[in-house]
Amino acid sequence: MEHYHMNLNLKVWRQKNTNTKGDFKTYQVKNISSEMSFLEMFDVLNEQLITEGEEPVAFDHDCREGICGMCSMYINGKPHGPWQANTTCQLHMRAFKDGDTIVVEPWRANAFPVIKDLTVDRSSFDRIIQAGGYISVNTGNAVDGNALPINKDNADNSFAAAMCIGCGACVAACKNSSAMLFLSAKVSHLALLPQGEPERKSRVMNMVAQMDKEGFGACTNTGACEATCPKEISLTNIARLNSEYLGASLSADK
Amino acid sequence: MTWKQVFTSSVGKKLVMGLTGISLVLFLIVHAGINACIFADLVDPEENGAMFNKAAHFMGSTVLIRIMEIGLFAGIILHIYQGYLLTLENKQKRAVGYAVTYKDGSKWYSRSMGLLGTLILLFLILHLYHFWVSARFTHQGLDPVTYNGIEMHNMFALMKVTFSEWWIIAVYSAGCISLAYHLAHGFQSAFRTLGVYNNRYTLMLTSIGYAYSIIIALVFILMPVSFKMGWIG
Repeated sequence: MEHYHMNLNLKVWRQKNTNTKGDFKTYQVKNISSEMSFLEMFDVLNEQLITEGEEPVAFDHDCREGICGMCSMYINGKPHGPWQANTTCQLHMRAFKDGDTIVVEPWRANAFPVIKDLTVDRSSFDRIIQAGGYISVNTGNAVDGNALPINKDNADNSFAAAMCIGCGACVAACKNSSAMLFLSAKVSHLALLPQGEPERKSRVMNMVAQMDKEGFGACTNTGACEATCPKEISLTNIARLNSEYLGASLSADK
Repeated sequence: MTWKQVFTSSVGKKLVMGLTGISLVLFLIVHAGINACIFADLVDPEENGAMFNKAAHFMGSTVLIRIMEIGLFAGIILHIYQGYLLTLENKQKRAVGYAVTYKDGSKWYSRSMGLLGTLILLFLILHLYHFWVSARFTHQGLDPVTYNGIEMHNMFALMKVTFSEWWIIAVYSAGCISLAYHLAHGFQSAFRTLGVYNNRYTLMLTSIGYAYSIIIALVFILMPVSFKMGWIG
């Protein structure tokens, strides 16, 4: 693959804190290697800003290997940038060419308030998990892993749903700011396994109630979430969530 | 979890949209089927809309169908009300919008259900004024016609007069095209909302949904066009 260097114009969202109004600032970065990751390019920008006596751009990152779900930039009109099934940290600069202008925005949703610049507060996801994304396990000796027979298809589908890293790209991509792809992945991965059975009904009810309380929108099945998800979580999970919700409502005791 | 809590949750509101949507999908099959009786004229020009007039008379004079009509209107009103409520609520969930919007991941018509629904509503108002208000209340422009000693409205003649102007044909066609796009997304989305997640059915329902949307729109557009072109009537 050809190695090259490029000069770029960056249009970055700058916002002091949650309560202030933000706006775009334009920066030039020079001599960026096509081998760099997008976040490394931002590190270069921040070094440059610090040298110039300016405040560096705040952005979320942690593992930088595409598994933690911390990075969250909305790049040129798509969460995590132009590549498919990819996180911002795994987006490399060979996706761009010399002279490009790149527009970088934070996830935008009322349920994800901006903390500073490109950093948003995604603790609403944590509260949705707390509302029901768990199973009850007795303490004591660990149970034999093979004691519970599990259908292979269910195990595979559950694992595919459990791939969700909770980055919030689905919310950022959705025109309704809906968290249904995230929620459906969390509900599906437990609902498909026997370990998830005891809390099956209360889980879906409580998690949907918490999602609504957090201020996310309703799902209209446009599929934008699935198209942008770095872990390729399937839209099928949303239909499964609807099925779980309908089943739990119809069979509720009171 | 009370029923109220269920149907006012974000998933419950969508359930209402899906259920009313599917009932309207079923209604459209009946509507298109009965109206397609006008095409009996193609086989027998002496027919002059007799089969259609009789079918329309049966629909208008049968008590059970009149009761179902109330249910139909309740379904339409609920679908419109809930649709607008959801569109407004969803819009409010993102106070600060993006500078560059994400469009590649979804079809334009799946993102424009509110707009398409509004176009259908505007068409529906004109359509109800043309036929439903006339048949049920004002009888304006309706001549009596007698078959086997039973007097009924000549709805066929009313269609012929109504569809004699090009602008009406254009508005009806635009309404039907909006309907086709609305159904292209709404059909499969309704089943997903009702919890159909098996790939075996979702793939089938998506294909049936596309075919249904195109066929329904074409059948309805053919009606005014056939009158204007003189193929029938």
